[in-house]
Amino acid sequence: MRLPERTVMRSPWLLGPLGIAVVLLAWSLISLSGAVDPLFLPSPPAVLQAAGDQFRGGILLADAIASIRRVFLGFALSAALALPLGIAMGSNTLICRLLEPLLGLIRYMPAPAFIPLLIIYFGLGELPKVLLIFIGTFFFNTLMIMDAVKFVPRELLETALTLGGRKLPILTRVVAPYIAPQVIDAYRINMASAWNLVIVAELVAANEGLGKRISLAQRFLRTDEIFVGLIVIGLIGLLIDLGFRAVLRRSCRWAS
Amino acid sequence: MHLSVSGVSKTFGDGRHAKLVLDDINLSIDSGEFVALVGSSGSGKSTVMRLIAGLERPSTGVIAMDGKPVRGPGSDRGMVFQKYSLYPWMTAAQNVAFGMSLQGLPRALVRERTAYFLEVVGLQNDSRRLPKELSGGMQQRVAIARALAADPKVVLLDEPFGALDLQIRETMQEFLYELWQRSGITALLITHDLEEALLLAQRVHIMAPSPGRIVRTVEADLDRSNLAHLRMSPPFLELREELVNSLRNLDAAAS
Ligand SMILES: Nc1ncnc2c1ncn2[C@@H]1O[C@H](COP(=O)(O)OP(=O)(O)O)[C@@H](O)[C@H]1O
Ligand SMILES: [Mg+2]
Repeated sequence: MRLPERTVMRSPWLLGPLGIAVVLLAWSLISLSGAVDPLFLPSPPAVLQAAGDQFRGGILLADAIASIRRVFLGFALSAALALPLGIAMGSNTLICRLLEPLLGLIRYMPAPAFIPLLIIYFGLGELPKVLLIFIGTFFFNTLMIMDAVKFVPRELLETALTLGGRKLPILTRVVAPYIAPQVIDAYRINMASAWNLVIVAELVAANEGLGKRISLAQRFLRTDEIFVGLIVIGLIGLLIDLGFRAVLRRSCRWAS
Repeated sequence: MHLSVSGVSKTFGDGRHAKLVLDDINLSIDSGEFVALVGSSGSGKSTVMRLIAGLERPSTGVIAMDGKPVRGPGSDRGMVFQKYSLYPWMTAAQNVAFGMSLQGLPRALVRERTAYFLEVVGLQNDSRRLPKELSGGMQQRVAIARALAADPKVVLLDEPFGALDLQIRETMQEFLYELWQRSGITALLITHDLEEALLLAQRVHIMAPSPGRIVRTVEADLDRSNLAHLRMSPPFLELREELVNSLRNLDAAAS
């Protein structure tokens, strides 16, 4: 919905930071007023202090890298396999009939519910965490790509056929470029689940990572460190999202 | 080149849902001819086109190119759709080049032919624009250039100007006629616009719906040296009126 032009602020881009500022202000006021025990609600300076400590000690960076690495590995695997499978399902009725019910079913199994199995199978190392991210995103990626393929306009495919195109070149030179914007967007959306899942995996069992840091902080009642973890997780997620948007804008100028 | 459609019928669906869409269609086109197929919407024109293009199979009858039955789509039968058929991520030039590139022509030749066909349709200065930056008429000219650049023996045009404004449509009709005259292409034009068909084609097949069939074939032997003039000339208007009346009687009989 859009309001009439006159009532909209002159610099609407200020609204986002404004929303964040309001929450920060409320947080500061509440913690200054002393109404809430600092054990539950650490003050902004305390959180900043904790962030500084973790950053100087190199822990923050090591944790962030550990988490990002898991997400990257799991998601790269998921994205790389979902693309050909999604295209195959979207363009071939038999493959679609065979696999769609199966994938549709697995998609509704919450990925965290696989953690116990993954631990039994693969122990507590990196592999089960990477696989969790794979399981949590692969089926969504595949089904979203399949849908994008099904909506490629028939005229575009038939034109290619009458121009002398064969099946495989049509998939790579018509279908793939047409669905590129939707694929990038599907990756962007599902990346958010990957980022959520890595934290869940680390809460359960890990030596390092942002999720691990939060669960350690809980054990020692360090709410300030929990806040640091949450804020950093949010910021990294936001950066990844913005990265995907930038890729989309730059590579698919035709679609905007 | 000789394209023949003999005794072709087409039924969609089966069992209780079977629907006869085309009944005993017969027509043929030879090299250099401009043939039109006219009929109201739903009379099965596009289906005829799709059968010739090899995008559908006839239920009975045979479609043959130079005596060889058509078994599927191929670059010897180019196609221009009504709209939305340009690749939106390709520039005008890339669209025109696409068929040649699919066929594996050498790059230098593709570049040369692309430039040539863009010039043929008068878009040499818009070669680097994306489809969304082109007007509807320009988009259809790119689609026509793309079809021609793939070197088909016959071009199938399915209501190519149907989505354009009246004025642009007239310009495009004149453009297509000149193109046909100049470059010696063979064209099968589908349209619901009787004037368009009579104006451009030497032979006009008139279709009636339910089931789609050819009810009349007219050899439109007219002086086409000046199309704008022809549109208003008495023989043209007479022929058109006579056909409109006979079509109206058909529709009345059907309903
Ligand atoms: N794939 C299809 N399946 C079922 N019915 C179809 C199919 N294609 C066309 N038809 C039917 O065939 C009839 C003729 O369609 P069409 O050839 O598109 O007519 P036109 O191009 O003259 O408007 C219509 O009634 C349409 O509903
Ligand atoms: Mg049609």
